[in-house]
Amino acid sequence: MEIKREDIIHLAELSDFSLSEGEIESLGKDLKNIIQYISQLDELDTDGVEPTYQVFEMENVWRDDEILPQDATREELLALTREEKDNQIKVPKVL
Amino acid sequence: MKTANKTMTATRLVKDALDKAKHFADYNIFTFIDEEGALKRAAEIDAKIARGEEVGRLAGVPYALKDNFLSPAGQTTASAHILEGFVSPVTATAVEKLEAEGAIMIGRTNLDAFAHGSSTENSCFGPTLNAHDRERVAGGSSGGSAVAVALDIVEFATGTDTGGSIRQPASFNGVYGLKPTYGAVSRYGVVAMASSLDCIGFFTKSPEDMDLLMSIAAGKDPKDMTTLPDYYNSQPNDSRLAASRPSSRGSVAHSAPVVADGLESSKLRVGVIKDFDNEVVDKNIRDALKRKCEFLKSKGYEIVELEMPTLKYALAAYYIIQPAEVASNLSRYDGVRYGFRSEKSKDLESLYDNTRSEGFMPENKRRIMIGNFVLSSGFYDAYFLKAAKARTLIRNEYEKAFTKCDFILTPVSPNPAFKLGEKVNDPVAMYLEDLMSVSLNLAGVPGLAVPAGETADGLPIGLQLVGPRRSDKALIEFSKELQNE
Repeated sequence: MEIKREDIIHLAELSDFSLSEGEIESLGKDLKNIIQYISQLDELDTDGVEPTYQVFEMENVWRDDEILPQDATREELLALTREEKDNQIKVPKVL
Repeated sequence: MKTANKTMTATRLVKDALDKAKHFADYNIFTFIDEEGALKRAAEIDAKIARGEEVGRLAGVPYALKDNFLSPAGQTTASAHILEGFVSPVTATAVEKLEAEGAIMIGRTNLDAFAHGSSTENSCFGPTLNAHDRERVAGGSSGGSAVAVALDIVEFATGTDTGGSIRQPASFNGVYGLKPTYGAVSRYGVVAMASSLDCIGFFTKSPEDMDLLMSIAAGKDPKDMTTLPDYYNSQPNDSRLAASRPSSRGSVAHSAPVVADGLESSKLRVGVIKDFDNEVVDKNIRDALKRKCEFLKSKGYEIVELEMPTLKYALAAYYIIQPAEVASNLSRYDGVRYGFRSEKSKDLESLYDNTRSEGFMPENKRRIMIGNFVLSSGFYDAYFLKAAKARTLIRNEYEKAFTKCDFILTPVSPNPAFKLGEKVNDPVAMYLEDLMSVSLNLAGVPGLAVPAGETADGLPIGLQLVGPRRSDKALIEFSKELQNE
């Protein structure tokens, strides 16, 4: 399948980063080759086969809805951020 | 492995390891060395020993920690700019368990950023050099850990294996490397790559050490809902495996099967996959596989030829499922809560964008973009869903294979360690490195890389022993049969 320049830019947008001109060129070429490689899966007959997402087929492992002691305190977690004010993480303006 | 006692102190063991780490500094193995912390821990253990107190099974044993395991000792970087400055307040369960037994972390080891790679060249700290040839790659992504053990700096090292990241560097450097059954060891506190494939394992110099580490690290963890109920320490012990081992005269002692999953015969059979013995694999490795098969035959084991035609699609399925999970897991790195934050951002949207643009390595970006491609509407059915169905076929193929044999012996990778720079600019060539290792992660089965001689040029060769899910202990035990050719 054909991968156009706009497709590469769109994928970068979906990924929440932007690419330099050089990256559009080089990653674009790489992505084309990778997609070509993974497309060989077309050959495999998977009619009527159920998908596997987790090898032990675990689903919804529940625990009781209670507040357990956590490994890190609020202060420790806030200390990891660049800017903090009144127990909240400070970021640049949203709007 | 050597543990501390009254004559061989923990301080001595740790000092020796630190000296060796300094001696081999130009191999670029470590991203952080914790000299002060390690010596302090060693002194504590020596004091306990002097007082005659109980010490753990790993008392004073120096080890290296792959730099994607969280602990408050040093920054956890995953060799990626975007985690710059991150010192974790939490400790990975695996680290807690090892250190509760007295193991002492002397440093954190280099990897491909976020474990994306097969050579440790995709690291923001630069590549780690191969232990046997400084012009060659260490393998990856756990390259630093493999070389730390191969150069005898530490007794063991931790690793993560999503598609071969323990087994391939182990084979490139001539040490043992285990990717356990999916869910055997808790992933809590380890930087997530592809959650349905990620496994925690180890590098060691012997099967005995591997068994000891697994008996400590495996088991249910309420902090990781995908961990399996404890099974490792309730596996058949050595004597039962010995009982089902063929004698040198070829007669077979009968006992309960070593490996679960409905085995009828008590004679261990080793499978060899027909499709893998072909031109793709380096002749040195094919010869090593043949040699080991002959050796096993001479000991009375039966070699069974297996047809596993779906395995050739494992790599394509893997490079769909893995990037899809990577794209999801790496969406958390946004510069807001921890790690690197781009300074030049005017609003929140550009803070995300700039942080991720500057913070990720090219290979991280490739995988995130491929992941978003295979998950996007219009392509989901053709790629992601198709790969998930292929995964079922691959899993079934392993299940079928294990009705015909107890273990499978295969190459780990198509070639021995390659030259630095040889594949780093060709992602597909790099992905092909994972051809023989990824199917185990898709199926959730354990694999142990075992040293199997050298190439004509003196490079280590590794082979992998594969077993059914939960057969980890038997697999490690059986690997001893491959020794002393």
